[in-house]
Amino acid sequence: MTSSWRVRTEETQSVSVGKTTRPIQIRPRPEGGLHMITAGIDCGAKNTKTVILKDGKIIGRGSVLTGFDQAQAVKESLEMALKNAGVKQDQIERVGGTGSGAKSIKEADVTVNNIKAIAAAANYFFPNSRTVADVGAEEARAAKVNEKGNVVDFAINDKCAAGAGAFIEAMSRALETPLEELGPLALSSSNAIQLNAQCAIFAESEVVGLIHAKIAKKDISKAIHDAIASRIVSMIRRIGVHPDVVLFGGVAHNPGFVGALQRELGLEKVYIPELPEYAAATGAAAVAAQNGR
Amino acid sequence: MAEAQKPEYWRWLETNWVNPDVNWKDAQFITAGIDVGSVSSQAVIMADGKVYAYGNMRTGSDSPDSARNALKFALERTDMPEAAIHYCIGTGYGRVNVPMADRSVTEIACHARGANFMYGNKVRTVLDVGGQDIKAIRCDDKGKVTNFLMNDKCAAGTGRGMEVFADMLSVHIGDVGDRSFQIDSEPISVSSTCVVYAKSEATNLLRKGLSTNEVLAAYCAAMADRIFSLLERVGIEPEFAITGGMAKNKGVIGRLKKKIGLEPMKTEWDTQLAGGIGGALFGLALCQKGRGRGK
Repeated sequence: MTSSWRVRTEETQSVSVGKTTRPIQIRPRPEGGLHMITAGIDCGAKNTKTVILKDGKIIGRGSVLTGFDQAQAVKESLEMALKNAGVKQDQIERVGGTGSGAKSIKEADVTVNNIKAIAAAANYFFPNSRTVADVGAEEARAAKVNEKGNVVDFAINDKCAAGAGAFIEAMSRALETPLEELGPLALSSSNAIQLNAQCAIFAESEVVGLIHAKIAKKDISKAIHDAIASRIVSMIRRIGVHPDVVLFGGVAHNPGFVGALQRELGLEKVYIPELPEYAAATGAAAVAAQNGR
Repeated sequence: MAEAQKPEYWRWLETNWVNPDVNWKDAQFITAGIDVGSVSSQAVIMADGKVYAYGNMRTGSDSPDSARNALKFALERTDMPEAAIHYCIGTGYGRVNVPMADRSVTEIACHARGANFMYGNKVRTVLDVGGQDIKAIRCDDKGKVTNFLMNDKCAAGTGRGMEVFADMLSVHIGDVGDRSFQIDSEPISVSSTCVVYAKSEATNLLRKGLSTNEVLAAYCAAMADRIFSLLERVGIEPEFAITGGMAKNKGVIGRLKKKIGLEPMKTEWDTQLAGGIGGALFGLALCQKGRGRGK
């Protein structure tokens, strides 16, 4: 089996990841394909999420703070999801792992990268989607997806907090407003002011300056969401905006961000599943159901 | 919520000074350079090209006020009235908001000119690490800019980043350099570029059992890496000088020095003054050409 992957057979499929094309082997699907119970675990920078899929339907979810012990977080979130679904661990036929802490998921039978996970999830939730963006706590990604749910192109930001959820968190601290209130507050403003700073650290001082200048909180909040949305959109533009656009990740819960993103993209609607933070985990579970190790 | 008064670890010393050897009344031209930076503001008053007085303080939320305060602070110990200044140049991030300025000059030009004065005309590469930006400037023997590179988008490697760290680790900003060398062995530098992520990485390091000094060392090293990559792109030609507040941080400069393999030049002047001195010198040159506003 030394170099069998080089042989392009019907069972081998080419997945383009960025600029490199790397064939991955697809084993014959287990009896019934999606008709099985699988788990997907997404060990993220902030939260670890687990989704249990049965016959292609989500039957349980679990989420815990990742903290410092990733392996423990993985165990706890899996237990939570199993309890929520009312199944036992030995009923799970396959486990898919993903996320920045994917290495800590010992339970995983198949590990996929974030990009593949969100592409699979986009295909799972919205089969018509061709562009998917995932805005997490410390990373943001965008992928172009084909009709099979395979990745055609992608872009990632994992270097800079200015283009991730951490930016809004930092700004909510500077504005002394809880995160949950910040988004709705932004929607109530129609004044367009601009944040000049890109860096989250500099923007924090700028926001304090705006507070001193007696600018209304709602206007500052709008400026904050406009700023991050414009950076996410410039990332999405790198791979091209092809409707329908799907948005995943915890930041998708923030109506201020979603509004700003739609405005910036010039789209009436971006598609968001119920509980978008579980999307990558759902994708991993779907991949686990489709292919073997 | 009554918040307990937390010490402000980032707060550095504000200073002013008067040159006892200079009598402003004898001078033909008195010029001022006011450098309103993003974090600090300096006013430098020169009498015929000699530094007569300066004030160095923190920038407030309002640029015109910061400029006024810095000038007032510089004049505080002198008997010179503000009206005695023949020409005033505004520079720095807030240069368009210096109300008493006759003209504004970019901080790049002023830093090169100021470094030329402070370090002598042998200086060819000037690194200015300021509060919210890093500039790597190449200049000729007259202090004229030939090339420069700048990072003003990202807090990584800037003074503001160091302030955030000092605050987080509860170490006074003036002690960071010394404490970062009080370690047994050099730790691996912090790998995150973004200051926001570097903060969480540092928390992780502390939990792993690294001492505060070791974390400081890891961050100083990361900062030196950042600054070095910028310098490398513009090309380092000796002699090499560092201006700005970060020049006072031995922890970063010591590590940067090792990477470059070049000893930075030394000066008797406060390194934060380069922009202000450069501004005052530009003012003097204009006066000497007869383009000042006249007595």
